[in-house]
Amino acid sequence: MKTDIILSGVGGQGILSIAASLGAAALNENYYLKQAETHGMSQRGGAVVSHLRIADHPIYSDLIPISNADLILSVEPMESLRYLPYLSPEGSLVTNTAEFVNIPDYPDLEETFTELAKNINIIRIDADRIAKETGNPKASNMVMLGAASPFIAIHDEIIIKGIETIFKAKGEKIVEMNIEAFKAGREFTLSKS
Amino acid sequence: MQRKLLMGVEAIGQAAVDAGISGVYAYPGTPSTEITEYIQHNKLAIERNIHREWSANEKTALEAALGMSYAGKRSLACMKHVGLNVAADVFMNMAITGINGGLVVVVADDPSQHSSQNEQDSRFYGKFAMIPVFEPSNQQEAYDMTYEAFEFSEKTGLPVMLRIPTRLAHSRAGVVSRPVQNENPLHLPSNPMQFMLLPAYGRKYYQNLLDKQNWLIRLSEESSYNDYFEGKDKSLGIVCCGIAYNYLMENYPEDNCPYPVVKISQYPIPEKLLHKLEKECDELLVAEEGYPLVEEQLTDFFGKGTRVWGRLNGALPRKGELNPDHLAKALGKELKEPLKMPETLAGRPPSLCAGCGHQDSYEALNEVIADAGNGRVFADIGCYTLGALPPYSTINTCVDMGASITMAKGAADAGLVPVFAVIGDSTFTHSGITGLLDCVVEKTNINILIVDNETVAMTGGQDSSAKGRIEKICEGVGVDPEHIRLFVPLKKNHIEIVQIIREEMAFNGVSVIIGRRECVQRIAKTKKMNKAIKQV
Repeated sequence: MKTDIILSGVGGQGILSIAASLGAAALNENYYLKQAETHGMSQRGGAVVSHLRIADHPIYSDLIPISNADLILSVEPMESLRYLPYLSPEGSLVTNTAEFVNIPDYPDLEETFTELAKNINIIRIDADRIAKETGNPKASNMVMLGAASPFIAIHDEIIIKGIETIFKAKGEKIVEMNIEAFKAGREFTLSKS
Repeated sequence: MQRKLLMGVEAIGQAAVDAGISGVYAYPGTPSTEITEYIQHNKLAIERNIHREWSANEKTALEAALGMSYAGKRSLACMKHVGLNVAADVFMNMAITGINGGLVVVVADDPSQHSSQNEQDSRFYGKFAMIPVFEPSNQQEAYDMTYEAFEFSEKTGLPVMLRIPTRLAHSRAGVVSRPVQNENPLHLPSNPMQFMLLPAYGRKYYQNLLDKQNWLIRLSEESSYNDYFEGKDKSLGIVCCGIAYNYLMENYPEDNCPYPVVKISQYPIPEKLLHKLEKECDELLVAEEGYPLVEEQLTDFFGKGTRVWGRLNGALPRKGELNPDHLAKALGKELKEPLKMPETLAGRPPSLCAGCGHQDSYEALNEVIADAGNGRVFADIGCYTLGALPPYSTINTCVDMGASITMAKGAADAGLVPVFAVIGDSTFTHSGITGLLDCVVEKTNINILIVDNETVAMTGGQDSSAKGRIEKICEGVGVDPEHIRLFVPLKKNHIEIVQIIREEMAFNGVSVIIGRRECVQRIAKTKKMNKAIKQV
């Protein structure tokens, strides 16, 4: 078993809570994990990416080889496209549709996504709206994790345990709201396929 | 054994605490910052109350670490690669004095310059100083090597460098810890003149260092971190340093690399292992993260020996960090045609945060520059370096910590009037004060804008040594208090700020203009921490 995930977004969007939840899940299951992330200058509103690798055998490289990722999980639509060369042709792309516009030349991406969808499996989800509907507007990243979970080779109950581990310190209510968000995202993807 | 999910930098911090250090000394710098931050929040480090405050710069940090070693205790110093340039004086000389308590210098290199002005390879410094260098290939090795490095330092009597690249620094994996060791007792060096580098002593100690070199090579050859892996296909032998080993093995998921491989994680290079590889194989491929250090050592200058492939002949890229695909290509593996990034994509460079005070400082400075003429703003290293990019495009230089003031001075000496220096609060206390003194002594016509956000912002909001001290420092250095001006960088103060800068520009002498408003990220961080404390 192995799942190689490219996690992408914009500095400050908190993609690391997704990585941390999966990390905790992997560790609970005694899986091997490597997760390389972006710190420093680009965190200031720039493009950020994390390579997340989970397997039931030791992992060598901290970086995913080109054409090898099983999943691109992006909390921002344009950033989901930046790392396409990493995606395996059989892989899936799951992205939030909420645009983060902090540049003057943000392109219209509709046509690009329509074109891409002919060749690869794409799930586009308005995670911000779904998060609001579940009563926790801050939990859109957990909606995203839920939406991507059918493509991750870890049982969803185990990921939920990972979420519990990560948010435990913030109290039971926060844990529950994040799990609700996760489930809503997962439901969205399962209803599409 | 319980595995803990740690970044390379965190593994190093945990290992240093477990190895019984009595202090960590550092100045923040990506990708090394989180080592010290980890120790600052570590339970045992807090219980033992080991030293864990930030230093003013890397030189003061490393000197203090050496002082702690003098007193017999184990100490850790951490910095980024360019920080070692600042600390190079003590770094080179402490190789000559040797150490008393174990001393480890962690240097985090940044190949591909994710967050740095160059991609220098610190292993060259280690070789230059002739001290042992450890280069872990993964998070567990980062832990184990740090844990053992203190004892190794005490055994050899030398400081040890531990070198990691960004990719290991900021990547997580499960790490198993080892038993916690006690701190060393306070004990002075048995030779009271050990740290006395008067030439008469220095010559003797330098000879001692030279005499240790063969022993260090032997220790490298015997090290469990340097390994020879047999392979059936002798047409090629592969040398992998540190993290490059992972990129090789990623191409052989069944652990079935057909070629003999030497993995190097401890320097000086293990000569015996390399001789064996050279003897057995027709050609050599060297993969190392950084500059071609080992490749240069293995390449026969006159081209008569074994053919060596690597970064120098284009088998691997000459610069930038390596990845598994580079190794695949060098080994002639067929790669799938990757999906293409759509051409419609726009770049997303880093930018100043919404509400950041630097924006207001640059708006005002731009208005003044429009009259004074372009090409006269010498800047420095920090978030405000982003003022080089649109929409501001205010600043003209960024070279090294503190160079804003001194380069502006040199330009003023050359006759450029007016000149401006832009420097952050923490960069000012790191390396700006001595330059200011030069200006005061010579009554240079210079306008120094200290953009004071009361924190080391770019690296994540660490405490700044400058906080609450800037005016007093400037006065103490000898700046006329009338020309130490203060403003609050806010939109509503724009007219006032422009006025202040114009007035000081008209003054023929040293002006220090301080724009002070706390970093918006730091405010958010403090709020979050206070909230967390309340919850506990």
